[in-house]
Amino acid sequence: MTPERVAPSAAVRPPGPDARRVLAAMSGGVDSAVAAALLAERGHEITGVTLKLWCYGRAPLSPRACCTLDAIDDARRVARRMGFPHYVVEAEEVFRARVLQPFLDAYAGGRTPYPCALCNQHLKFGDLMSRTDTVGAAALATGHYARIGRLEDGSPALLRARDAGKDQSYALALVPYSALARTVFPLGDLTKDEVRAEGRRLGLSVWEKPESQDLCFVPDGDYAGFMTRSLGETRGVAPGPFLDREGKRLGTHRGIIHYTVGQRRGLSLPGAEPLYVLAIDAERNAVVVGPRSALECAGLATGPVNWLMPRLPEPGTRLEVKIRYQHRPAAARVFPRADGSATVRFETPQSAVTPGQLCVFYQGERCLGGGTIEQALGSDGAPLAHVRGAADERAGLVTIALS
Amino acid sequence: MIYFDHNASTPVRPEAREAMNEALAGPGANPSSAHREGQLARAAIERAREQVASLVGAAPADVTFVSGGTEGDHAAVIGMALALEKRGRAVAISAIEHHAVHGAGEVLARLGFRVTHLPVDARGFIDPASVPAAGSGHTLVAVMLANNETGVIQPVAEIAARARGAGLAIQCDAVQAAGKIPVDFESLGVDALVISAHKLGGPKGIGALILREGTPCEPLFRGSAHERGRRGGTENLPGIVGFGVAAECAARELKAEAPRLLALRGRLEAGLRVALPDTVIHGERAPRLPNTVNASFPGARSDHLLMALDARGVCVSAGAACASGAVEPSPVLQAMGVPREVAVCALRLSMGRGTSAADVDRVIAALAESVRAARGAAAAPGARGA
Repeated sequence: MTPERVAPSAAVRPPGPDARRVLAAMSGGVDSAVAAALLAERGHEITGVTLKLWCYGRAPLSPRACCTLDAIDDARRVARRMGFPHYVVEAEEVFRARVLQPFLDAYAGGRTPYPCALCNQHLKFGDLMSRTDTVGAAALATGHYARIGRLEDGSPALLRARDAGKDQSYALALVPYSALARTVFPLGDLTKDEVRAEGRRLGLSVWEKPESQDLCFVPDGDYAGFMTRSLGETRGVAPGPFLDREGKRLGTHRGIIHYTVGQRRGLSLPGAEPLYVLAIDAERNAVVVGPRSALECAGLATGPVNWLMPRLPEPGTRLEVKIRYQHRPAAARVFPRADGSATVRFETPQSAVTPGQLCVFYQGERCLGGGTIEQALGSDGAPLAHVRGAADERAGLVTIALS
Repeated sequence: MIYFDHNASTPVRPEAREAMNEALAGPGANPSSAHREGQLARAAIERAREQVASLVGAAPADVTFVSGGTEGDHAAVIGMALALEKRGRAVAISAIEHHAVHGAGEVLARLGFRVTHLPVDARGFIDPASVPAAGSGHTLVAVMLANNETGVIQPVAEIAARARGAGLAIQCDAVQAAGKIPVDFESLGVDALVISAHKLGGPKGIGALILREGTPCEPLFRGSAHERGRRGGTENLPGIVGFGVAAECAARELKAEAPRLLALRGRLEAGLRVALPDTVIHGERAPRLPNTVNASFPGARSDHLLMALDARGVCVSAGAACASGAVEPSPVLQAMGVPREVAVCALRLSMGRGTSAADVDRVIAALAESVRAARGAAAAPGARGA
């Protein structure tokens, strides 16, 4: 492995007084390429790194996916163009243990995971952040659309991107708070169009590369197919009952890994009104369906929350929450609990609270942190059970609180 | 910047550069042309052939210029296997050969040949007793003289004697050895020897296949009678001239340079042991090239060490790279039985003409820092999977 270090053809200014050594995470896409290139242009001493998350010899990946051989070559080309060294760092083991396995376990448990948050937490801002010391770098730079701000006491804060449509703070909510002080987001004030224009101005070949839409390791969006074919997953694939809220069997599902809360398409169930997935009961291998109105709930409970602030918020603090990437933030009150988890009460009921997704807390521009959604809560604050009578069958496990 | 990657490639000697400049500045005649300028170009090539032959104790007529080590290995292994095809369709290749030889083996496998592998022991030695016996269907054995990663010098003369006893032809990749230790074609007793210019101070893109007179070997490149019909294609005149001069310089300096490098190697290994007492030196108990140290620093992965050393201005190599450029455990170390978790922490440090004792001391200090940093990072919370 040799670093690519060729005389830069783009204008590189001599290092200024505030120039630092920065480790730049480069996926091969336009965003991280422009982020690294902008820093290089400003005179920082960049070491580009692409994490190798997957063994490409074996995995069937689409050329559109990031982290492919082509993507690594794209990252290398950018490094050559800008005249900084680039390395590929092997991270397959960490990726498998900290991202893929939890992804599989979540689906097998009837949840809908959000692996990008884990990848940011453990790979980019975990493994890679810990490597900044190795190369003597002052900071880690990524191509995320988010900003780092400073509070009055000087402590760092994660802020939404200037471009609200591209804001990726949701995916960064699990990043360790201590990492923010050493993080640079060069794209936080730019729009996607501006980023492409910068890429073009700098002569980066990736400037018009298409955007990756889905999970990087499942570029075709067929999660169930990926889990069973590529990873050999055997859990959650057995057919089982579709149940209505009365516990009546309406049909047969294809295995719980094919479903997510709020899903309407692909159920193939007859009915007077459209039916939605209300809940997935892994224990009984059942998918509970019902009308759209039944998706609404009053609150949720999270797992351990990663707070991106020096002190916990007071119980009952008013803030906004996002319960999935594309969710419009909703006003809510948060009640941190002694075990590190939190209870959230929405000001108005929210639809399709999905276990496995993140609940991310905001106050205006600032992202305060987030945690994985464990369960939806009813208006009495007790966990929702979507099937009447389920409590009788599974004594004490759930409390009926829906209607 | 401190360059400790001379086994990958080493700077072109000024004498070679000068000779090449002259060759490039000439009228550009084709060495095959009958006119005066053509004859001058031919004379330059034949002079280089003598220089190269002299480095390895061969006859000039045995030297065929090729484009480098990879072509030389392909030309010898495939060429001899094809020429001996009527006697058998199997070849034996040592497990620690360079990719170029394994690649030639893949071509033969594609043609339906059987390719078997000679194992190495924990010291990195190919076992001469593993040479196939007569009647096994094998016609050829390929073993390297010095391993490119560990620097371990192989018992080639003994292997060659056994091969000859079994009626097998023998090819030897001496790319990493030539110019670093004395190489004598006669006393090695091999049929084919391959060397490359850019490992001994010549330019990249030129090498030589030395083939014993009368050895059956089919040419890979045909169609014209260049190199006495052994390799078609207009000769790389500047490359050949540079190779010749570099070979002559290397031969002249060998007696002084080899002990100088050996002393530096001793200094490097001793320094590493003091700074990093758990350093594992691969092939330590075997005779090795005087310029090469292959060492593992347990707990510090080589891909992270490469980055850390680069940041400190030190260039070294890690064992092997996969298609993506990520570092993978070296097949050579794996063949020696080195555990995977130690093999992924291996670096190859290779010194050369410009290396000084001060460079060695600086590399030891940079390595000590880098290994500590890489280990610290590996131990950081969240850095490693459960």
